[in-house]
Amino acid sequence: MSETLEELAIRIAKALPGAVKGHKVAVGELTVDVEPGEIVRVMTTLRDDPAFDFKLLIDVCGVDFPARAKRFDVVYHLLSLTKNRRLRVKAEVSEGAGVPSIVALYPAANWYERETFDMFGVVFSGHPDLRRILTDYGFSGHPLRKDFPLTGYVELRYDDEQKRVVYQPVKLAQEFRDFDFLSPWEGAPFILPGDEKAAAQENKK
Amino acid sequence: MSTNALAEGTKTTINFGPQHPSAHGVLRLILDLDGEVVTRADPHIGLLHRGTEKLIEHKTYLQATPYFDRLDYVAPMNQEHAFVMAAEKLLGLEIPKRGQYIRVLYSEIGRILNHLLNVTSQALDCGALTPPLWGWEEREKLMVFYERACGARLHANYFRVGGVHQDLPPDLLDDIRAFCHRFPKVLDDIECLLTENRIFKQRNVDIAVVTREEAEACGMTGVMLRSAGVHWDLRRNQPYECYNELDFKIPVGKNGDCYDRYVMRMEEMRQSVHIMLQCLDKMPEGPVMAENHKVVPPRRGEMKKSMEALIHHFKLYTEGAHVPAGEVYTAVEAPKGEFGVYLVSDGSNRPYRCKIRAPGYAHLQALNHLCRGHMLADVAAVVGSIDIVFGEIDR
Repeated sequence: MSETLEELAIRIAKALPGAVKGHKVAVGELTVDVEPGEIVRVMTTLRDDPAFDFKLLIDVCGVDFPARAKRFDVVYHLLSLTKNRRLRVKAEVSEGAGVPSIVALYPAANWYERETFDMFGVVFSGHPDLRRILTDYGFSGHPLRKDFPLTGYVELRYDDEQKRVVYQPVKLAQEFRDFDFLSPWEGAPFILPGDEKAAAQENKK
Repeated sequence: MSTNALAEGTKTTINFGPQHPSAHGVLRLILDLDGEVVTRADPHIGLLHRGTEKLIEHKTYLQATPYFDRLDYVAPMNQEHAFVMAAEKLLGLEIPKRGQYIRVLYSEIGRILNHLLNVTSQALDCGALTPPLWGWEEREKLMVFYERACGARLHANYFRVGGVHQDLPPDLLDDIRAFCHRFPKVLDDIECLLTENRIFKQRNVDIAVVTREEAEACGMTGVMLRSAGVHWDLRRNQPYECYNELDFKIPVGKNGDCYDRYVMRMEEMRQSVHIMLQCLDKMPEGPVMAENHKVVPPRRGEMKKSMEALIHHFKLYTEGAHVPAGEVYTAVEAPKGEFGVYLVSDGSNRPYRCKIRAPGYAHLQALNHLCRGHMLADVAAVVGSIDIVFGEIDR
């Protein structure tokens, strides 16, 4: 490769003034942060400008950071076959705010955006058919959000009286145990059993 | 359905699946037909959705690997490969040469496993019963190689962060070599049943043609992309492990139809045998796992003698290895196309987010485009040729 990723990042920022917020090169991969509202312009340039030529949309997915004000990252992975390069484009979105859909540019984005909507509840405005895709018909909630429990809310069973499958709230025979073996000496977020008493005594003094 | 209903100009909507025998798993297709011609195909997926990505967020890196066997259960180790490579890239681990060769050897076994199933079941979808019987016999032999390496025929859990779990027994290598010499004969037999078969050609030539532009727009990779005449194979273009030390050819299609893809898969199997033989010849002696015991568990023998090793073992099998914070995307050329893992780590012992990019997902998405204008009977041939397995699509 004649051009380093840093140089490519600078070139992208120059070609898209106002849309690119920053970039990062780590473990040999380039990530470009963009404004979510500008995503169509960014993708159009990246796809159609022969200097970039990212013709293949590999993936669109979401990442949830509940602590952040703009909660979701929408991550696009692009691949250029002619330049043999990969690029990651990231847009931060807050809950409820939409991202323009890029289905018109990349037909491949259709199902990926549907999946991101299904899993995180990120709405893609202008998407031709934004239905749920992987979860069940009539499912509610967005399973890959960090506040969605691993066990889910409902379970399915066959009801012999009604002669059909019915949904009922999840009933666990044993309390859900999230085994966390993170060492308490290395910054685990939980308090060791017994330690809470020590903290209470400290407060009394 | 009465013959009247299939007359020209009659609009029908039919439900294909979710348990149709040639649907390759639990695919539900809503097909809009005009007479017998498909005007729209709407795949409903997710019937096999198990929430793999969510489960992985709750597991350590070691516990997450087996989930990848259960994605594309036709070629399990190729999936594991993408995940362990992602973790290794964040950790900056170097894999010993022998470990790399074993990985490549088993990735190619996985490719043959996949293509054998795909080619023969595509033939089955077109009405030929013999190829699956012949092909599955060979798959059985390959799964025995899986079993002898890791103890499981399907759900291998053999690739680990840092290398592969155990070294191969020496007689296994001889048996794989013997298989490699015998196997091309089986391919010749299958080819003699299909390649020039009039019915098979009628059902596959000029069906579901993709051009380069369409393939790129639909995000196709692997055989689907190459059938449109694009020279693109991650093993060659973005080589990982020891692929750049090996000599192999990449078949590229001309017409982009189902028949081209069949021929390419047959040739890919021959190339895989060629790669496997080279791996056997070049495989050096040495360790199969990296030596960094903050990440890689120590050998069982060491554990019996060294306190340090025992502590490492305990820590790694309870708490698990910590992977430095960051994000990474790694992809391997799985038999079906580009299988990628986008891993976000927050520096703890569990992945913060693990997005699995399955090639079949993009290919099935293009089904509407590929089937439109074809006959109802061709849908089965197209579904067979785009090589989909629901384990990886539904995740």
